[in-house]
Amino acid sequence: MAGKVIVLTSGKGGVGKTTSAAAFAAGLSLRGHRTVVIDFDVGLRNLDLIMGCERRVVFDFINVINGDAKLNQALIKDKRNDNLFIFPTSQTRDKDALKRDGVERVLGELKDSFDYIVCDSPAGIEHGALTAMYFADTAIIVTNPEVSSVRDSDRIIGLLASKSRRAEFNLEPVAVHLLLARYSPERVRKGEMLSIEDVKEILSIPLLGVIPESESVLRASNTGTPIVFDEESPAGRAYHDAVARFLGEQREMRFLQPERRGFFRALFGRA
Amino acid sequence: MVGNLVQGAVFTVMVVRAGMLRDPAFEHELAEQIRLSPRFFLNAPVVLDLKEAAGFAHEAEFAEAREILRRHTLTLIGVQNATPAQLDAAAGSGLASFAPNAPQPSRSPPREPTRSAAAMPAAAAKTRLVTQPVRSGTQIFARGADLVVTAAVSPGAEIIADGNIHVYGALRGRALAGAGGDVEARIFCSRLEAELVSIAGHYLVSEQLPPEQHGFSVQIALVDERLTVTRN
Repeated sequence: MAGKVIVLTSGKGGVGKTTSAAAFAAGLSLRGHRTVVIDFDVGLRNLDLIMGCERRVVFDFINVINGDAKLNQALIKDKRNDNLFIFPTSQTRDKDALKRDGVERVLGELKDSFDYIVCDSPAGIEHGALTAMYFADTAIIVTNPEVSSVRDSDRIIGLLASKSRRAEFNLEPVAVHLLLARYSPERVRKGEMLSIEDVKEILSIPLLGVIPESESVLRASNTGTPIVFDEESPAGRAYHDAVARFLGEQREMRFLQPERRGFFRALFGRA
Repeated sequence: MVGNLVQGAVFTVMVVRAGMLRDPAFEHELAEQIRLSPRFFLNAPVVLDLKEAAGFAHEAEFAEAREILRRHTLTLIGVQNATPAQLDAAAGSGLASFAPNAPQPSRSPPREPTRSAAAMPAAAAKTRLVTQPVRSGTQIFARGADLVVTAAVSPGAEIIADGNIHVYGALRGRALAGAGGDVEARIFCSRLEAELVSIAGHYLVSEQLPPEQHGFSVQIALVDERLTVTRN
């Protein structure tokens, strides 16, 4: 087995990377793929909370990188799905603990026993984020429909094209997908948010999915249940659609309202 | 094998008469010439013509000549018409000897100013072509060349060229043409949404760009020291 490394990254913080990483990993596992989700946000450990396994963390990613613990001591099996594993990070260390050769070794081991290795990147463009993206085969750019998030995403896409392992070794470039999160059709209609077309136009990468802004996401985070386990929630269903598209299925985009003149035009189209 | 490593090349090199160097009027005139086309003269190679020139038998004098030319962004690379004594001093200063009429030290193959080739303006600079979107935070510099981008230039990206800039997509970042001072350089784009455009140091930020041209295919040129935007 040679697992694929997927990084969820954004540049900007608070756009929904961890929520999306948890949902995406859970979605893959629900479709029968053996999946592990790793928290790269060393020092700001959150993934375990979103996944609802914070009380089961004994060893972490950094322990394994440093050789203080074995992989199977640190991996936490999800209670809801046998195919899903959580690899928490350390809350007491910082990003410098992410040594590239150590990360490479751990990812190499994970590739032997998992189909997908989903990496939840920290925000920013510093060492933590760069390390999370370095070994990626595929990147999912999590973006909110507003200008600062889009600009940061653009920056990250540029870094993937120049600073990833695939770029450095002249391999096939990292496949880059767009996941538009916290999309509110209502606010787009009012011109308070960028439309899907505006974002696609600026970033010019394929759109994997649009996740509607939803109360259920916050509820899911607070209860430690990835949103894909909530069959009623539009956001949960939107993540399922995104996972299906990622696996090559054709699915219509849902939960979108017809578009009007967007925020971007309103802001820049002064003519 | 050496034949493969050492290749001949022909360059246009300015020749300055040694006597003129000490003439203040010459320096003034030279400065004026350079002001008119700074790009042409930037790091341009110069050969010092020592015909009938007194002195220049000491290395210090060549150092002084080099310093004067340096002030005008010129690079002294060699001498011609030198007497044997002058040639010795020139060689001691690391200067090459150029024909005609110079007593050449016997050597084969003939003199080869290839070491200074890097400092010379290329005869026909190749256009730099970029086919991928230029992402935020990226800077692309086409040194001594035109720049053609066949995709969008994102906000927060910066494209710079000594020559013209063409963007066959939306220009949303910064574009600086004629970076070396070429006032003839222009910027062309199929959609003007730029943060900043500049030609030879004259610039306009997005607020100053004519709003009626926003989003249109335009070209930007420097006319009477003012940037003008015209619809294509």
